[in-house]
Amino acid sequence: MTPPTSDVALGFLLNGSSVSVTCAPEDRLLDLLRGPLRLPGTKEGCGEGECGACTVLLNGLPVNSCLVPSYQADGATVETIEALADERHAALLEGGATQCGACTPGVAMTAEWIRRHPALGKRFPLSELMAGNLCRCTGYDGILKSLEAALTDDEGTA
Amino acid sequence: MPLAPLLRREGLAKLSGREQYVDDLDIPGALHGITVRSTSARGTIRNIRFDPEIDWSSFVIVDHRDVPGLNTVKLIETDQPALAATEVRHIHEPVVLLAHPSRRALRKAVRAITIEVDPLPSVLDFTVRPTPEQIQHGSDNIYKQITITKGDARSILADAPIIVEGVYRTGAQEHVYLEPQGMIAEEVDGVIIIRGSMQCPYYVHTAVCHALGREADQVRIIQTPTGGAFGGKEEFPSGVAIHAALLALKAGRPVRLVYDRTEDLAATTKRHPSWTRHRTAVASDGQLLAQEITFLLDGGAYMTLSPVVLSRGMIHAAGPYHCEHISIDGRAVLSNTVPFGAFRGFGAPQSLFAVERHMDRIALRLGLDPVTVRQRNLLADGQTTATGQVVADGVDRQGLLNRALSLSDYAAKRETHRQFNIDTPDRRRGIGLTTFFHGAGFTGSGEVYLDSKVAVAGLPDGTIEVRTASTEMGQGTTTIFTQLASDRLGLPPEAVAIAQPDTAVVPNSGPTVASRTAMIVGRLVQEACDDLRRQLSLDATDRGNDVAEAIRAWHRTHPNGLLLGQGHYRPPPGIEWDEGTYRGEAYGAYGWAAYVAEVEVDLRTYGTTVLDFVAVQDVGTVLNTTLARGQVQGGVAQGIGWTLMEECQWEDGAMTNNQLTNYIIPTSSDIPPIRVAFQETPYPHGAEGAKGLGELPMDGPAPAIANAIAAATGAEAAVLPLTPERLMADLDR
Repeated sequence: MTPPTSDVALGFLLNGSSVSVTCAPEDRLLDLLRGPLRLPGTKEGCGEGECGACTVLLNGLPVNSCLVPSYQADGATVETIEALADERHAALLEGGATQCGACTPGVAMTAEWIRRHPALGKRFPLSELMAGNLCRCTGYDGILKSLEAALTDDEGTA
Repeated sequence: MPLAPLLRREGLAKLSGREQYVDDLDIPGALHGITVRSTSARGTIRNIRFDPEIDWSSFVIVDHRDVPGLNTVKLIETDQPALAATEVRHIHEPVVLLAHPSRRALRKAVRAITIEVDPLPSVLDFTVRPTPEQIQHGSDNIYKQITITKGDARSILADAPIIVEGVYRTGAQEHVYLEPQGMIAEEVDGVIIIRGSMQCPYYVHTAVCHALGREADQVRIIQTPTGGAFGGKEEFPSGVAIHAALLALKAGRPVRLVYDRTEDLAATTKRHPSWTRHRTAVASDGQLLAQEITFLLDGGAYMTLSPVVLSRGMIHAAGPYHCEHISIDGRAVLSNTVPFGAFRGFGAPQSLFAVERHMDRIALRLGLDPVTVRQRNLLADGQTTATGQVVADGVDRQGLLNRALSLSDYAAKRETHRQFNIDTPDRRRGIGLTTFFHGAGFTGSGEVYLDSKVAVAGLPDGTIEVRTASTEMGQGTTTIFTQLASDRLGLPPEAVAIAQPDTAVVPNSGPTVASRTAMIVGRLVQEACDDLRRQLSLDATDRGNDVAEAIRAWHRTHPNGLLLGQGHYRPPPGIEWDEGTYRGEAYGAYGWAAYVAEVEVDLRTYGTTVLDFVAVQDVGTVLNTTLARGQVQGGVAQGIGWTLMEECQWEDGAMTNNQLTNYIIPTSSDIPPIRVAFQETPYPHGAEGAKGLGELPMDGPAPAIANAIAAATGAEAAVLPLTPERLMADLDR
């Protein structure tokens, strides 16, 4: 894909609805979501793909939206934290997965991806699967234990 | 009766992304702001050059001449300018502010401004005595000097047959709260309103009034949900708020000043680097006979909170041990680096690392087990600390240590490691322990000076609102206060609202620091509930619906009335502190702990993996198990980062690795299982028996891990962080 040089009109499926938006060629997907699309649930933690706070699902895969040029979302499916129903968060709430909350939407999106592909959690340690989401508050135990609990719950209801 | 459990109240808002942090607020018409900073470590500003290629008329430009009040960020001292006027003292010192509708235009504009400086001699090594040309503070660059004297350590050391010496150093640490610093300021009807990420709304309020020359009622500070702080949002936000306000006043519009990560890492305060020397006289059975300690902190370019960080570091420097003869000499000194400031633990992690690593050196020298040396010296009730404070809290400190040893399987691990290290050529395993303490609340008479106040409002619908300046930054203030107020009045948690800290609404319950919120402010919340009940002429047996109905009835007879229960701090009896001699009750209560770390060092890479971590502590009554465990595990993880990987790299006093790509903090794959246990000895003056908790877990990981690495490899392990490079140099010495 050749990067555009002038403003670009995009269309994609965002949290189940079609959106059309015009953006500057250098706008990141993160800028688009937090700016004109008014979805501030996705956070910017570092702006260089290290912390995972801006994680969204692009065509079903977790990506750092600060590293995705907006034009790459054209025609894609994008899911942000705002797409998840409250019930989806029960295990993470109970298990102490959130403290200050700044990393939390990104953590919840990576957790969602793992829950949609439970075989992943059987092949790889959860601590490896979650290693792209930095958290400075919890020491990760609350996140990993509650994700484990969520996966067990999912299995029971599948 | 233990408090009813409660899930984190704002947890769902955070998980769902609905929680609105400062940069999430949609403020119509707001400009973006940015800070233009010094590129020189020290010098006189000769000229500020604006590249004529840029049309500056579209920018709001602020410098020191736009500061209407006193051009300082008021804290302990007023040495730090809000905007440098004639002299700069560190790279990244703020000099000019810009505002513009476009963030992109601002980033370009910053690069088009050159701050021309005639250089002056700078201080880049805080352990070296400055030359006359380097003096910038007082006559000696010393921000604060403190001496603690108990008995006569010098005489004992002069005649002692066994003296163990050691020098220990620790590096700077970045807070890396996941939400960077940020403020939005605007003026509405003559009142400057500032919303932002902060720990201490009244600190910001004081500083803004001072710099802007405004009366208290002309400035209103509102805390927005704060995405982590760890001390990094104790004093630093005051400057950000002043900057945002200066821009907003000049622009006549709201201005949003939010740092990106690289600016936040480079320009904000960090944990003080330290240098500690121990000389200890010991008996052959391990008894401490005399401790002589020198403790130096790098304060950076301005004083910030360095004197109190020094104070807390020194009070903890002798460890949780009984020793009749102690001499501690400490100094916090200036250097031309970014100012160091508050960070979880506040000096104690530095001094406790030194003494606890030193205790293992003593054990090695005497051929004793590190456990024995600690068992022999741990403070018992009736004995005194370095400041002469009699310990009498009934905590079973030997029991804490024993529990940590049994949970970690310490004795058996020592044996299996011995065999493992014989059988495995390239790897070494070891186990290390530490016993330590952390004073809760402000030091000495600090809590009296804070004079904290809390209100609980009864609302017309029969619910209540808890009004304090204590902020939620992830540690659980909102949940704990709800539990306490709900329990006190028998109301369901849904009937308890926690007011967002707003200086126009909430009384000053003091700063949200020093592990004081649950213990001290929580207690005041309970007292305010009792006062509310008194005002309603209810007695202590009236709970729940009786309270709600009485509140509603009061409002029926007092239309538009304000029904406020109040709590006001009074010191517990018997607290005596002499700031001049550093003698007396340094803290109302101490948390006590024993932590054990098991490590494996790879002798090919010199990388250290923490295999297991056990954290046993007595922080009084645990008010919320999930939150308390989360505080301990989070603190331990932050401690593991400080010990093994987090290293600020410096050039000319500026951090050069100011990216999360090369300032490395632990991920989920770097952290072992952190096994947490509480021993609960209620503290009678804390809320429901609680003592401070938040900082304690930052103190233990460094010495436990360093001692484990030393046990595994024979390394000195005296300098943090123990990166592979440093460990390699240590072992190849």
